Amino acid sequence: MLQQDWIMGAIGGLMIGSAAALFLLANGRIMGASGLLGGLIDGSGRSNLGERVAFLAGLILMPMMIIPLYREVDTHITSNLWVVIAGGLLVGIGTRLANGCTSGHGVCGISRLSVRGIVATLFYLLAGGVTVLVFRHLLEVI
Amino acid sequence: MRALLAFLSGGLFGAGLLVSGMVDTRKVQGWLDIFGDWDPTLAFVLGGAILPMAVAWRLTEGRRPALGGVFPPKPPVRLDRSLIGGSVLFGMGWGLVGLCPGPAMASLTFGGVEGLVFFAAMLAGMLIARPIRSRLEAMPSPA
Repeated sequence: MLQQDWIMGAIGGLMIGSAAALFLLANGRIMGASGLLGGLIDGSGRSNLGERVAFLAGLILMPMMIIPLYREVDTHITSNLWVVIAGGLLVGIGTRLANGCTSGHGVCGISRLSVRGIVATLFYLLAGGVTVLVFRHLLEVI
Repeated sequence: MRALLAFLSGGLFGAGLLVSGMVDTRKVQGWLDIFGDWDPTLAFVLGGAILPMAVAWRLTEGRRPALGGVFPPKPPVRLDRSLIGGSVLFGMGWGLVGLCPGPAMASLTFGGVEGLVFFAAMLAGMLIARPIRSRLEAMPSPA
């Protein structure tokens, strides 16, 4: 079963990369989820409001439309709301400070051999690994 | 036209996040759990995503975006506090819950109350990031 997960991962990954390629080649924009959302809510992205809203609408609505194809989809998110809130705050602050997240720095940055993208990805992977180590294996809260 | 293409890109991105398993926090945390029961799925996702984008960046050379404008220039290599510190904070939150911004939005309609709370906290974090950033940049550089 694990093997099948890898295949679905690669297929989904190709879809993600194709979406980023389309957004770049057609609109000339970098597909960064945190930047597109962040610019919308803090007012820094007023000049291309329509484009941002349209992208985010597609991102939110398309999964809703294809979810009936799945027998069950569970995000398996923790029910500990303190952990959820802390995680959300950290992701929000961190991605805006770093000017990017997994899609912007990871997918769009690495594929361009951007030093900033590669360095950011190394640091968030490292921090994520240490966090899971500490909170799962040492403190056993996640 | 720009909005339509943006909507299609966003839709394909969301579908890809669902198909790949990136919206499953257990998978993401399994990938980050290098000292435990490591799940390599995300390496396939990232590898699969980088492939078409590497081709796309090649295609941008000497061209313009189909809908006009110019391609985003490569940012100058500046490895500052905001980039490093922000990435560390982001990684901590990603590890704690297993959601990054894209999947947090893609799973909004089926991720339950916890998913909505995460999204709200993330928005709050994005709003307070601005003042934090200006303070960070106002601080004298150690080097």
